[in-house]
Order: sequence, then C-alpha cells, then structure tokens
Amino acid sequence: MREKSGADILIESLIAEGVEVVFGYPGGAVLPIYDTLFEHSKIRHVLVRHEAGAAHAAEGYARATGKPGVVLVTSGPGATNAVTGIADAFLDSIPMVVITGQVATNLIGSDAFQEADTVGITRHCSKHNYLVKDPADLNSVIAEAFDLATRGRPGPVVVDIPKNVQVAVTSEKTPARNRHKPADKADFGKITQAVELLSKAKAPILYTGGGIINSGPKASAALRELAELTGAPVTSTLMGLGAFPASDDKWLGMLGMHGTYEANMAMNQCDLMLCLGARFDDRVTGRLDAFSPHSTKIHVDIDRSSINKTVPVDLGIVADAGQAIQQMVDVWKSRKTKPQPLDEWWSRIKGWRAVECLNYPEHKTEIMPQLAVQRLHELTKDRNPIITTEVGQHQMWAAQHFHFDDPNRWLTSGGLGTMGYGMPAAIGAQMGMPDALVIDIAGEASIQMNIQEMGTATQYRLPVKIFILNNQWMGMVRQWQELTYEGRYSSSYSDSLPDFVALAESYGWKGICIEKPGDLDSGIQAMIDHDGPVMVDCRVTKEANCFPMIPSGAAHTEMILHSDEVSGTMDDEAKALV
Amino acid sequence: MHIKQEASERHVLTLTVDNEAGTLARIAGMFTSRGYNIDSLTVADIDEDRSTSRITIVTSGPPPVIDQIIAQCERLVPVHKVTDLTEAGPHVERELALVKVSGAGDKRVEAMRLADIYRARVIDATVSSFVFEITGGPAKIDTFVALMREVGLVEVGRTGVVGLMRGNEAS
Repeated sequence: MREKSGADILIESLIAEGVEVVFGYPGGAVLPIYDTLFEHSKIRHVLVRHEAGAAHAAEGYARATGKPGVVLVTSGPGATNAVTGIADAFLDSIPMVVITGQVATNLIGSDAFQEADTVGITRHCSKHNYLVKDPADLNSVIAEAFDLATRGRPGPVVVDIPKNVQVAVTSEKTPARNRHKPADKADFGKITQAVELLSKAKAPILYTGGGIINSGPKASAALRELAELTGAPVTSTLMGLGAFPASDDKWLGMLGMHGTYEANMAMNQCDLMLCLGARFDDRVTGRLDAFSPHSTKIHVDIDRSSINKTVPVDLGIVADAGQAIQQMVDVWKSRKTKPQPLDEWWSRIKGWRAVECLNYPEHKTEIMPQLAVQRLHELTKDRNPIITTEVGQHQMWAAQHFHFDDPNRWLTSGGLGTMGYGMPAAIGAQMGMPDALVIDIAGEASIQMNIQEMGTATQYRLPVKIFILNNQWMGMVRQWQELTYEGRYSSSYSDSLPDFVALAESYGWKGICIEKPGDLDSGIQAMIDHDGPVMVDCRVTKEANCFPMIPSGAAHTEMILHSDEVSGTMDDEAKALV
Repeated sequence: MHIKQEASERHVLTLTVDNEAGTLARIAGMFTSRGYNIDSLTVADIDEDRSTSRITIVTSGPPPVIDQIIAQCERLVPVHKVTDLTEAGPHVERELALVKVSGAGDKRVEAMRLADIYRARVIDATVSSFVFEITGGPAKIDTFVALMREVGLVEVGRTGVVGLMRGNEAS
C-alpha cells in the first residue's frame, strides 16, 4: 500500500463517511489538514468567524439534516472556543464530530504555543474523545467516532490530532474497532406490558422529547399513529417540538416551566405517563416530590442512565424511541387493542384549555413580543420554515407561539441554554437546506454573543433571516429579578446597543426596523421577500413577562398565569433551585 | 437554608476496561463531575496482552445514586462490563497495607506481638523500626492500623480494595 500522510487519511476518512460540509477555522496546528482540504473539492469548508460559531453551525446543520455536523479547528484557543458548542451538543444529544489540531506529540505537556489539554477539557462534555498519536490509527478512529456520534444516543465526539501526526506518513492501518453497541429494538415483553398499561389507562398522556427527533422522521410518523390509536393527548419538551403536529387536536403544547397550563395540568393529573425519548429535566418536572404524583410511569430511552435518574419509573424500556413506538403500534394493532373511553379525561383537558394560558395583554401602540412571533408564524408557515433561537424570553415565546407540524424544523439550545446559538445554527441549517426559509428568532442580548457570524452568512450567500425581539433587556434575567429579587435589576439592562440596521448594512445584509404594531406584517413580509440575509430589529414592549411560568421549586399545579398577582420574592430553597 | 445529606451505603464495583491512555481519568473524572464518592480505587492490567484492565471502585451513596453510578460507568466507551459485587452476592474483598512503626523496648515487642496475631509479615526491620505487610478486608486493616498507632505508627500505605465473586463464576 502507498504511504499516505495523516492529513490525507483524515480527509479520505471524512469523505468515506459521506461528509459534505465542514465548519471550521484554520490555525497553526491544522495547517496540514487545511492544505489537504485545499485539493479536495468533495468537502465544502465553511469559514466561520469564531470557533464557537463553527460548533453551533455544525449543530444546526445536524439538527436540520439529520446528518452529523463536522467541525475543524486548531489547537489551544481554537479548541477551547469550540467547547461551548461541544457541551451544547452533548446536553442536547446532537451528532457531531469535532476535529481539533494539537501541538506535535513531542511538545505535548511542555506548555507549547497554542497548547491546551483538549481531551482533558472535553472529556466530560463529549460522548467520547481521542488523542491520535499514530497516523495508522486515524482510519479506525474516524470510523468509530462517526459511529459513536450518530448511533445510540447521539452526541459530540472529539478527535484531537497532533500536527506531526497530520504530516507523518504511513502505509499501515490499525484494524477497525467496534466497542459501541447501542440499544435498538425494545424488549418485546416490556412493549407488551406498556401496551397493556396504555390500554387500561383512563387518563394517559404521551410525554415526548428530542429522542424522537433524533430517531428520524419515521419515529415522528409512528408517534402520530400511536396517538391516533390510543387517543391520548400529546405534550413535548422544548427539544421535541415538531415530532407531533401542533395543528393536531391531541396536541397540548409544550410542557414544563414555560409550558402550557393544559400540558402541565395533564402531566400532574394523568394516571399513565408514557415518556418517549425525554429525560425528566428539572425544567420539565418542577418540584420533584410533587411531579405527577398519581401516575404509572413508563420511560423509553436509548440511554440506560436516563432511566430512574431523577424520577423513578414503573417500567423502564431501553430502546430507540422510534423503534419502541413502532413496536407498540404493531402490538396494539395485532392484538386489536381498544383504548378505554377517554371522554372524561378529554373534558377535563378542555377545562384546562379554557384557561387560555397563552393569552397576553394587548397593547395598542407597542408591539407585544408574543404578537410578533404569532405574526411571524402566520406569515411564514406556508414555507414550513426552519426556526432557530437564541436563549431567553424570545426562545420561550417562540416555543409557545410558533407552531411546528414537522420534525427538524425547530433548532434550539435546550439543555445547556447557550445564548449565541441561534445565528450560527441558522447558518449551519441553511448550508444543509439551501432552499429552506431559515429564521433565527433572537433577542437583542443573545444575538450579540455570536454576531460576528454575520460575515459568514455574507461570504457564503446564505439568506438567513435574523428576527430580533428587541426589548432592551436580558429579558429572562430581568423577569426573574422582578419575580424573585424584588425588581433589583442587577446588570440586566442591554445598554449601548448597536444600530442593528446599520450593522446589517455594513455586512452587506438588509436591515429592517419595525417599531409599530401596524408595521409588523409589512416588515416581516419585506424580510421574507428579500433574497439574501436580513436582520430585523423588532422593537417590542420592554417589560413583558413570559407566562405561563412554574416558579422555581414549585409544582406543576402552581403555575403563574398572566392574570395572576405576582409576588416579589421567594425563599432561599427556591432561589437555590433556579 | 442548609445543605442536606442523605443516608448512603457502601458498594464495591468492578469494571473491565480497555487499558489505554485516559481511561482512568475518564472514570475518575466522571465520578468527580457528577458528584459521586470514591472511597478507594485500584487498577491494573489483567490480560496477557495487557489490553484489558480491571478496576475496583469502592463507592458510597443512596441506592438510586449507586444505580446511576453503574449506568454512567456503562455509558463510557472503554468500559466493557460493570459488576456491583455488593449487590451480586457473596464475594471476597482484600487489600494490602504496608505499615511502618518505630519504637523501642515494650512498644517494639508489643508491635511485634500484635503483628503476629494479625498475621502481618515483617518485610523490613532496623533496630528501631519495622515495616509490616498485612492483607485482609478493610476492617481488619483499619483495626491493625489503629493498634499500631498506640505503639509508634510512622506511616501507612494501602492499596485499596480488590474483590472477586465467590464460587466458580466470573464477575
């Protein structure tokens, strides 16, 4: 066999894995890889403006296309800048392979220029990581890395490659390893048990999560069928939005801290909870000892460690969510199972729906942020857009008021809650789905965390739309300070904001400012109609709060609605929970 | 507000892992990053080709935490098998300690007598000191070390626990 350099082997391995796009930023320790990339036209390299942008763009690409996102960054600061995106992908189970350059093996540990202990730093925020010390290992490492990133519970895998390993040549190839044996199909006996429990339930609920999105479009289709067969209401976590159509009458809306009244009340009052690919996050459960006290709980998760982690369940099923749902559908049908009459359950749900928890006070002269999201949805829904968000109030308003009927259309940072996720994620999504309408619903504070990526969109002619709900506050922080710290607004005011329109124009984007409710529709339409990137500075009312809200340390039944009187402080126990 | 403590129980876990760089850091670091306790940890390779290591971890926590520790260990790519010896049934645990005592006269004689009773071996001696080697369960070693404190303990080195299931099956 001909001798090849490590860099050659790497690029050939990436091509063999079907990689089409790499998000990256060059630097000293990856120059040999960039030199090899220069000669390959099969892989498109997207030059970001900051490595954090590369990682989030890869996440957005992965979430929108279902394919793993690939990142290429240099050693030291290149790698450390990417860490937030790696941690984000880890918490949200996004398939990603991150190639980092490293100083030469003989320099490792010597505090060399741009040296950082990348495998040490990323060890606990990646699914797995490697330091490759021999080019002969690269082939098998890359193959295993992609397998780990994409199968089972997806996640980020980091491959750290010292510069001399990129340059050194070899004709050797270490044999492929397969240490990864993720769960796939569920145990048949357990599926049968689950179907029996479902068929006996008088007040069932399907609590779905990002696992269904990760399982692929088939899983969403199977979920629709299961809901149809059982007649059970469906709610979802933030990460699972779109797996079940929001337009279906069995849809209760999102659950959790800023979920709907009907979803949270139904979770609290159900007699059977079927959790599919979700993980009982603290933002979902509220106070644990008051979480759904009377229900039998079934938990389907591909990761054994998610079962019984925070909420003890009656039946744990380790399996791919999509496979398990399909198995349940098959068993249900083959046994000609009939559900219990659920009329009484649905009439109770109707009562909770009548609260109309997403209503908000109207404003004649100022734009309510909720209205802005509703109009955005109304005017874009025919295009089935991909929505990304930053983190904060605008994210929750988007989750509440923008409705999704399909998976892979909602890209948000759920677990880590990373401000600055939205714009690079939109860029990644647009790279993967060039014909889609991609909109980042942003806040004026979050957008500034990765604002440098505007240049990336310009360079690659990506027509992303950034829709900023500008209320001149870090809105969620301000809201918490109002509700729990007696309105002491410590450092939450967005001072010294840029002129977003002028900023947009300086990057060659179109800039639009919307100031009045009457201009909302025409402004949104102008944004959609422009064939290129657009930044919309939508000036919304400044001190709107995001309701409903389950306060910190409270139970699902203790939601605050818009109509409620809100107290100004809470005890230390609740403050500590956050 | 005060931090609450929960009642915990001691468990001995054995892990079969790939003997490669970073495996131990991955496991020990996972315990730290998730807030689990490590009371002791031993590791050595056990295969002819040195490709596999066996790690014995003594940990403590409430039962749901122990269950979570096992699940989190199993999630790590280089970990092939995790066994909770405490849960699995009858098993043996041993550790080895080297105990240095120094003294003269009655104390020296007493140290020697106690070492004899505890079946500790003398592996180094000077006119004013001994180094004893003792093996046994952790409780036996604790007791022996406590006794040596009375007669001139200088320092102790302990290996931590290794364990195997009783009977003919592998753990």
